[in-house]
Amino acid sequence: MLRYIARLGIISTLQMLAITILAFTVIHLAPGEPIVLQQDLQARATGAQRESLRQLFELDKPLYVQYWRWVNRLARLDLGRSFSPDGRPVWDKIRERIPITLSLNLAEICLIYLLAVPLGVFAAVRRHSFFDRLTTVFVFIGFATPDFWLALLLMILFGIQLGWLPISGLRSLNWEYLGLAAQVRDVASHLVLPIFIGAFGGLAGLSRFMRGSLLEVIRQDYIRTAQAKGLPEHVVLYKHALRNAILPIVTLLGLSLPGLIGGSVIVETIFAIPGMGQLAVQSVFARDYPVVMGLLAIGSGLTLLGNRLADVCYGIVDPRIRVARRSE
Amino acid sequence: MAALLSLGACGRGESTAEPATGEGGPAFGDTLVEAAIGDISGLIPNITSDSASHDIGNLIYSNLIRTDKSLRLEGELAERWEISRDELTITFHLRKGVKWHDGEELTAHDVDFTYRYMIDPKTPTAYAEPFRQVRRAEVVDRYTYRVTYEKPYAPALLSWGIWILPRHILEATWQAGVDLRTTRQNRHPVGTGPYLFREWRTGEKIVLEANPDYFEGRPYLNRVVYRIIPDQSTIFLELKARNIDRAGLTPIQYRRQTDYSAFRSAFNRYRYLANGYAYLGFNLLDPRFADKRVRQAMAYAIDKHEIIEGVLLGLGQAAAGPYKPGTWWYHPDVKPYPFDPARAKALLAEAGWKPTQRDGILERDGKPFSFTLRTNQGNLVRQQTAEIIQRRLGAVGIDVKIHIVEWAAFINTFIRKRDFEALILGWGLGNDPDQYDLWHSSKTGPDELNHISYKNPRVDELLEAGRRTFEEARRKAIYGELQEIMAEEQPVVFLYVPETLPVVSSRVRGIEPAPAGISYNFIKWYVPANLQRYTR
Repeated sequence: MLRYIARLGIISTLQMLAITILAFTVIHLAPGEPIVLQQDLQARATGAQRESLRQLFELDKPLYVQYWRWVNRLARLDLGRSFSPDGRPVWDKIRERIPITLSLNLAEICLIYLLAVPLGVFAAVRRHSFFDRLTTVFVFIGFATPDFWLALLLMILFGIQLGWLPISGLRSLNWEYLGLAAQVRDVASHLVLPIFIGAFGGLAGLSRFMRGSLLEVIRQDYIRTAQAKGLPEHVVLYKHALRNAILPIVTLLGLSLPGLIGGSVIVETIFAIPGMGQLAVQSVFARDYPVVMGLLAIGSGLTLLGNRLADVCYGIVDPRIRVARRSE
Repeated sequence: MAALLSLGACGRGESTAEPATGEGGPAFGDTLVEAAIGDISGLIPNITSDSASHDIGNLIYSNLIRTDKSLRLEGELAERWEISRDELTITFHLRKGVKWHDGEELTAHDVDFTYRYMIDPKTPTAYAEPFRQVRRAEVVDRYTYRVTYEKPYAPALLSWGIWILPRHILEATWQAGVDLRTTRQNRHPVGTGPYLFREWRTGEKIVLEANPDYFEGRPYLNRVVYRIIPDQSTIFLELKARNIDRAGLTPIQYRRQTDYSAFRSAFNRYRYLANGYAYLGFNLLDPRFADKRVRQAMAYAIDKHEIIEGVLLGLGQAAAGPYKPGTWWYHPDVKPYPFDPARAKALLAEAGWKPTQRDGILERDGKPFSFTLRTNQGNLVRQQTAEIIQRRLGAVGIDVKIHIVEWAAFINTFIRKRDFEALILGWGLGNDPDQYDLWHSSKTGPDELNHISYKNPRVDELLEAGRRTFEEARRKAIYGELQEIMAEEQPVVFLYVPETLPVVSSRVRGIEPAPAGISYNFIKWYVPANLQRYTR
């Protein structure tokens, strides 16, 4: 077992190195260098200090030197300082945004799984029924609707026409003056639309996936065996079929781990939520390399971790995999 | 110059009670909520260059000198100033008793510290140039500061519109070699301005509170909140829901999406010329564009009014030269080129560009006249302008390809390396006619602003002469000649001066549009007591 873990560790480290080397190169290949984001050139501003900034940021060094320094810092868990004019440590910039994006995404994922799994199961069980057709229609609408468009429509409906929900942001301006219960309610009402929009597309996809997976399993021999030996239908379905059908869904859950802190660019931008997605986009446009690389390192680290976790979870849900690994 | 278009003041029974005439006079209180499209980059505006951090910086800090409603210089921290007879020395007399937000008194040492910080080569500022012209700077006494220049330097006065920084907070840290961007001042600034810094939640909002001890009197509006909303359409929705009190409109929003009675009763809309212009620039190192006749031909071939009508929906003016109409240095007799394709064709023929039988594209020495016009992504107005220009130049036989490039790549790959043929860009201007950095032949280095590589000895002379005197009449004559030459030469095709289209909630009173816009008297804006919306 120890050897197994050690091997996993080495492989993961190598994978991580490969990913970051690739990312580092690609980012620096993109034309442009760190700049302040603004659209108009100001006649008053002269850019004489650019060379000194290049030196300060070590952009005048060869790429492999820059990478080497970056990895060295990373090994000491130091992500460096942002190139943007605030010059703050990258980790600070990321850290203050993680809770926001994380809770938003957790809520989204819970909502997706809570709704998509039953939806998919019912659609599979009552295949070709009215309910199945209805979910099919819903799914295609979900796939086809651009999030930003739906978001704007809902903002107009609930924010302006009905006035039930706030349009954007995380909390009201008078939030500090509210009582605790009111504060919670305030944040919750701000999050209704973003969570719904974030979950909408995923819901469609996952429920379809669940349905397909269950249909696939129902056709298997062991289900027929279970039915043949006279087990009640619900036992066949929910004990024998569902446990097998849910396996791929668990994989997806593992893979969604990096997405948890990834943040949806569209949702965060349109709803003005200061999360990771916003940070990622802004730093890419401003060519803020340390922040981009920091986000990438965390993202890829979590992807690798997610894969490993999915492996472990497989073992829990499916004894065959556990046994195979033990005999290795 | 500034036109106040619609004043929809009378209330139409909406959800909140709106003004009835005869309400109370100026009153303290209420909050003004504004939207910023991006987070600010810091709260020491001397080292930032985004407009949001400058707007906020203006409320937190004060300057020695500022421009008044008609863009004339007036003292802010400086009570008055004297210019020596030889025009080399300026002596500033500071107001007495001005307090930093932490209670310390502002003195000439703070001005001196700001100056020394600005000229430090390690300071990452884009505004150092005017301060480098200073030969000697001295603190005469606690309230007197004197600077002496190498040569008379007219833009000097305006350059003291720089934000004055607190020496008692920053000096020691700075001397120790610490980058001031990493200091507390950059996140929790202490200034001398009308508003105190209260809170900055990254990516969410910035909150300022009225400074009761402001030396020009306490501002009426109690709080100013900048909400950071990175999406233009969300800002607009928040505006329509009246959650934002002040924002800028796009031409299409002004003309088509806000012209209904509910909006007009909730907001006052303003329009006035922006201090800047858009232009079609050429790489003058390219021999095709080095020929003046070719540039003139393009100026004739492009219908500026069509661009203004089609793209700006009429909310702009054709630009005749590099200055905003209405300023004292603007030469009103220089007119924009009229739309005259026949003239354009004749000029091109004169320059050796002849039509061929094939696709109607002009040729010279067997080479077709074809170039790529670049502009930045995310600016619809510029992209549409490019398309109109493409069609108009096509009509006189010039083949134009359009390339839209993301901003960072646009600046670094094409502009810095001079690797472009033509581009559409805009200049934001200062409040002085000096444009040495834009047009002087010595300013063509990779990071300098004369990126079109314009060289004209007479223009160089005028740009130098214009800086060397403070006398308005002489400067007016100098910049007048400059505008005549530029009109003739068309170093770039001057396209249009757009209009700024701000809206402010109609509960806010005291706004008086002037050539300087509306913000100049911000501390006098107020909401009558019975209309105040945010009581805490």
